[in-house]
Amino acid sequence: MKAHLTRRYRFSASHRLHSQAMSAAENATVYGKCNNPHGHGHNYMLEVTVSGSVEQPTGMVCNLADLDGFVESQILEHFDHQNLNTLPEFQAAVPTTENLCIATYRILERGFHHARVEKVRLEETMMNSFEYAGGVEPHR
Amino acid sequence: MVYLTRRAEFSAAHYYHNPELSAEENQRLFGKCNNPNGHGHNYTLEVTVRGSVDSRSGFVVDLKELKGVLHREVLDAMDHRFLNKEVPEFFSRIPTTENIAITIWQRLAPKLKQAQLHRVRLYETPDLFVDFYGEP
Repeated sequence: MKAHLTRRYRFSASHRLHSQAMSAAENATVYGKCNNPHGHGHNYMLEVTVSGSVEQPTGMVCNLADLDGFVESQILEHFDHQNLNTLPEFQAAVPTTENLCIATYRILERGFHHARVEKVRLEETMMNSFEYAGGVEPHR
Repeated sequence: MVYLTRRAEFSAAHYYHNPELSAEENQRLFGKCNNPNGHGHNYTLEVTVRGSVDSRSGFVVDLKELKGVLHREVLDAMDHRFLNKEVPEFFSRIPTTENIAITIWQRLAPKLKQAQLHRVRLYETPDLFVDFYGEP
């Protein structure tokens, strides 16, 4: 039988929203306070959902130690207490939570093979959250 | 189609052990959860049912009925119990969060008359939960 398992993690990071494709005035209008050149930060809450059959010797979709180990070493270690704008994936993309959500999904999709990666949900604050479940090319 | 979710809480003890594996293998797979004396959690259960709204009552399901089934089939059986020793399904099935969610589904589904079971979501802790949709 197939079940979905969701695990929550937390990390904190800073960013600045600024697009090279826009003028300074346009950036200020579109991003408002988030365009402050010095940056600002958030406590992000990450939810990773994986799925799979439970008919295994463990009775689990996947061993939690494998999921925790992967997320801690490949995602939290990478993003926690970093300035997102300095990271390779945000040299060409603006570190909005949309793009951070997609980047996180890609890391899981590429490297986590103990269960099927269903969805990444990312809360930037308690008031807004973003989800990406793969599939259709997310950028237009 | 309208979805209704009812939340309930129960506390129970369990441990993880697969009798087909060696003691060392159990320890390697399950770590601290393999302690045969058990440990416990405060579980939060969310049961979601779906159905059309009855034109007379305005309800998807009679909540009294849902609560009654939930109490009889799940809470009375699992709250303040040692799952491995007191709930028959777990005599032969490891009481992981996945298997508890599946067991709850199997107990509830045949007892619900009006509404159709849509999802069982079980939180083991606020940071870990399992969803079961009755998928084979």
